[in-house]
Amino acid sequence: MTETQIPVTVLTGYLGAGKTTLLNRILSENHGKKYAVVVNEFGEIGIDNDLIVESDEEIYEMNNGCVCCTVRGDLIRVVEGLMKRPGGFDGILVETTGLANPAPVAQTFFMDDDVRAKSRLDAVVTVADAMNLLTRLDDAPEAEEQIAFADVILLNKADLVDAEKLAAVERRIREINPHATIHRTERCAIDLTKVLDRGAFDLERILTLDPEFLEGEDHDHDHVHDENCGHDHHHHDHDHAHHGHDHDHDHHHHHPRHDESVFSVSLRGGTLDPNKFFPWIQEITQVEGPNILRLKGILAMDKDPDRYVLQGVHMIVEGTHQRPWAEGEKRESRLVFIGRKLNEQALRKSFEDCLVAA
Amino acid sequence: MPTIQSFPLDAYVVAAEFLGSEPAFALGDGKVALVSGPSAEKHGVHSGGLLAAARTLDGDRLITTGDDGRVMAIDASGKIDEIAVQPKKWIDQVACGPDGTIAYASGRQVFVRFANGKERVLEHERTAAGLAFAPKGLRLAVARYNGVSLWWIGTDAKPTEFEWKGSHLGVTFSPDGKNVITTMQENSLHGWRVADGGGHMRMSGYPGKVKSMSWSAKGRFLATSGAEMAVLWPFHFKDGPMGKQPLQLGTRDQIVSFVACHPTEEVVAIGYRDGMVLAVRFADSDEAILRKPAKGGPISTLAWDKKGVRLAFGTEGGQAGVIDLAG
Repeated sequence: MTETQIPVTVLTGYLGAGKTTLLNRILSENHGKKYAVVVNEFGEIGIDNDLIVESDEEIYEMNNGCVCCTVRGDLIRVVEGLMKRPGGFDGILVETTGLANPAPVAQTFFMDDDVRAKSRLDAVVTVADAMNLLTRLDDAPEAEEQIAFADVILLNKADLVDAEKLAAVERRIREINPHATIHRTERCAIDLTKVLDRGAFDLERILTLDPEFLEGEDHDHDHVHDENCGHDHHHHDHDHAHHGHDHDHDHHHHHPRHDESVFSVSLRGGTLDPNKFFPWIQEITQVEGPNILRLKGILAMDKDPDRYVLQGVHMIVEGTHQRPWAEGEKRESRLVFIGRKLNEQALRKSFEDCLVAA
Repeated sequence: MPTIQSFPLDAYVVAAEFLGSEPAFALGDGKVALVSGPSAEKHGVHSGGLLAAARTLDGDRLITTGDDGRVMAIDASGKIDEIAVQPKKWIDQVACGPDGTIAYASGRQVFVRFANGKERVLEHERTAAGLAFAPKGLRLAVARYNGVSLWWIGTDAKPTEFEWKGSHLGVTFSPDGKNVITTMQENSLHGWRVADGGGHMRMSGYPGKVKSMSWSAKGRFLATSGAEMAVLWPFHFKDGPMGKQPLQLGTRDQIVSFVACHPTEEVVAIGYRDGMVLAVRFADSDEAILRKPAKGGPISTLAWDKKGVRLAFGTEGGQAGVIDLAG
């Protein structure tokens, strides 16, 4: 099944961040792969590619009583059209407009059965402008959402700001999104294997909720916690530097959070009672769905030899038994919510109520 | 015993239609295969992928549209004409109307091409997802988000708008012209009375999207795909299908991917995801197997010839053929 599903990479980023530069790079680099590209307008794409599709972003509300269940209607049609072409490409890149919230694009790949059968969301890649991101995050909710949804963040124009500012920007990104992988770039120069074929929405590939770990041996070179960490005195960065430690309190400090700010809540505990947990997550996502942008979890269920992995976008949640817990692996449950107006205390308390008494 | 003549065409079969006595298969690779005797010959029509096809009402030509921005016509002899071109646009909808009129759509624009070469553009606020001509008169229905727009294409009048919340994808007029029915993203159908936009017929209960609709002889039933059987809504009652049980024919453990009603008899040809094709009679649900489950993937198209003796089929995986019921 998986082999026949075409991977889809969503490229987001606020106006002027450098999305088109990245897209041109992907299309022009000699990687031997052919991509179909869905853009909002042909605009500045300098590459001649007969598989570039111009498509008006069309957000549809699903008529199912769920206000946050929105999909990209145009994308459904484009994917269907592309699938009629015989084996002509290796992946689909969807470039959103600078002002777009990535949720409808992501949800399209969860909610439409035809699209789901033929393609799979690989990752949301967000290009952010190191110079202007902090300002954008304060005045543009879309910029926040683009960071919140990201699996991979290219902190672009990193050469135009000093180390201190760069560190501040990265801290702010971490408050919003603790598990995206951040790469500092100049003019979006990056090894494309760090952008494409990430499997970020593949439950089978969730290894840990620590982004450093996902990058494996690469993390010394391209992750945010490079030399700057040493000059940084905020305590939460130390937490990151020693990965494996608790990230729970990342968002508590540094930034005066306004009511609508996006932030994350990380929950951690031992073994969960599935009879309590599943009704709980169901209710949380039903009630808080509009406020939850993304959620991810690796969970230990009582009397279950397997790791249970979970992910969600707004009200949509999907989970699966991933693999048996390895010998010596600590059976613990971790769940991260990224959203707005989340009641952290209530989430923590009700999550803990689902734990099996030690 | 029906006989099958098969053609491996190696491309997604977008549509099958009979041009005269022989079928034509419009293919996702931009080509059209014309059957002549024992073989099918492929003709290059589009430079990219072929997205949609419809037969002209006189039955002589197949109109195809593609992601190369072209609207093309091909006849049974293989003669190819370019009808229109919209550079860089994907043209993914096409419908044929009376007097040689052709409607095609790209994004929010619907283009109406008259036989004399004159063209008109109908602008919409949302993408035109489906097109259908009324059986009589130059009236065109455009399925869109939150409803359907009905245009009198011969006049400059604004369209009549029928609203219903949700994304409407496909559209068809009943053969008597009295009802207009859409398929929806939400795995259901919606119908309106054409006279006044009322009547709101809601037909739901499908496990998947309805991709295929076909009116039975004299328009008594609307057959639909999307469930583990063909679902046929009765339209011969005064109030249409509301409050009535639909006929359910050919129930299997496979989703129906395409339906085509027989041109004269109350019989429906049903194509399934596993490649099987059944013919089922309405009156007694009697089933005849026309094609066993086979490689090539889901049935993507079915078309009867004029007399209803031969049935052309195609699959997503590139198998095509003609089933001769007379044997």
